[in-house]
Amino acid sequence: MTDFFELFTYSFMLRALVVGTLISLCSALLGVSLVLKKYSMIGDGLSHVGFGALAISAALNLSPLAVSIPIVIIASILLLKVSSNKKLKGDSAIAVISTSALAIGVIIVSVSGTNTDLNNYMFGSILSLSSTDTVMGIAVSVIVTLMFILFYHRIFAVTFDEEFAVATGTNVGLFNILIAILTSVTVVIGMRIMGTLLVSSLIIFPPLSAIRLCDTFKVVTIASAIISVISFILGLTLSYILSFPTGATVVVTNLTVMLCCFIFKVFKDKIKRKK
Amino acid sequence: MSIIKCTNLSIGYNDRIIQSNLNFEIGEGDYLFIIGENGSGKSTLIKSLLGLQKHISGEIKYCDNLKSNQIGYLPQSSNISPDFPAGAMEIVLSGCINKLGLKPFYSAKNIRKAKHNMELMKIDHLKNESFQKLSGGQQQRVLLARALTSGSKALILDEPVTGLDPIATSDMYSLIETINKEYRVAVITVSHDINAAFKYASHILHLSDSGVFFGTKNEYRNSKFHKKFYGGGIYD
Repeated sequence: MTDFFELFTYSFMLRALVVGTLISLCSALLGVSLVLKKYSMIGDGLSHVGFGALAISAALNLSPLAVSIPIVIIASILLLKVSSNKKLKGDSAIAVISTSALAIGVIIVSVSGTNTDLNNYMFGSILSLSSTDTVMGIAVSVIVTLMFILFYHRIFAVTFDEEFAVATGTNVGLFNILIAILTSVTVVIGMRIMGTLLVSSLIIFPPLSAIRLCDTFKVVTIASAIISVISFILGLTLSYILSFPTGATVVVTNLTVMLCCFIFKVFKDKIKRKK
Repeated sequence: MSIIKCTNLSIGYNDRIIQSNLNFEIGEGDYLFIIGENGSGKSTLIKSLLGLQKHISGEIKYCDNLKSNQIGYLPQSSNISPDFPAGAMEIVLSGCINKLGLKPFYSAKNIRKAKHNMELMKIDHLKNESFQKLSGGQQQRVLLARALTSGSKALILDEPVTGLDPIATSDMYSLIETINKEYRVAVITVSHDINAAFKYASHILHLSDSGVFFGTKNEYRNSKFHKKFYGGGIYD
């Protein structure tokens, strides 16, 4: 146990722990709504756009967050419009946008010859968090969590039945954009630790696990947040002990939790049927 | 006193007119059945009434101080994903969404109203149950309680009994009748069920490709319109 606390005497580990835990919390909250609305691919698309933005900021020697947050926010609104448009093929449009952004990012990184490791962008690194990133990460997480709590009832109404929400006079478009913006900032910060390719797992896995276990929206949301935070802390610790890459270890931990939830659900249903 | 009045209303999608020159009104405590075959514009009409889509021309007027947040809506059940994790109480309470204003949370009054409507729909014992575990009839009653929570003066129902078994269907109709008769809530319902229309409606609006009928139930029963479509049989 003392080893566990000793771990976090390293300042980079402490930063990763604080920012990662907060971002896991935010992405799990937003993820419930995104997964239930079948928008979870937006999170994946956004992280790829984020990669392109990071590459541009590195090439131009600008602050990574200052460049990527606005670009990803714009992309999120675009992706939302594309995926709610029934005429366009929403899912292929998301794939087009995300792979294009990724490709452009890869070219910029290789041409500009910045000494930043491509690997760090793709798969994340706990060493990449500067103290500015940490402050930004904490601020963003506090804002996202507060917004989520303040708009919780509206987010539920819009997620459960969009048509009813519109019919009773809720500005659904505005709330969809709010969710998209909150998701964008969460993804941009989360990318630094988890990597472009892995960050969307924070949005998708915990809600999927929670949906297996619980059956009201409030409980699913709370369970998703708890599962996400525990999986992150466990994954981060394991990755340090085993010298595994952090992002990947967090994803595998989340996967294990999710599989346990699926198995639990199967047994629960079987026992119920016997009754 | 009418609460909703439509004059020379044309409805449709993307400038393609489905029905034009609709003239009808709904009074306080009326029970209007909108009937007609598929594609005759029933759903388009109620979506226009709710402001979910724009009407092409003419006028929809809310009279007698009716506000859009006093109209409740029961969408077609196919809109809602059957495995969505939501509690019955959470859903009914979400009917108060249009009463929140700038407040983030529901007031004690909102919660009382939701509870009262659940009692009215005889589903108060299910308030902590998950929506996905309820039967079709119970799910519809939860959604009706939500509609009632969001609108106290008028209810717009889109095929409220589709997919329900005969017992659940008659339960649903008698609940709607109670709301209409005892609480003086105007009801507008889209239905294929001409027998139910004769049993419960005060007025009937029949949409078809070859014309439109609007009038009281008895006027409809004696109309050429009814004879043409249903052979003039008597239903009770």
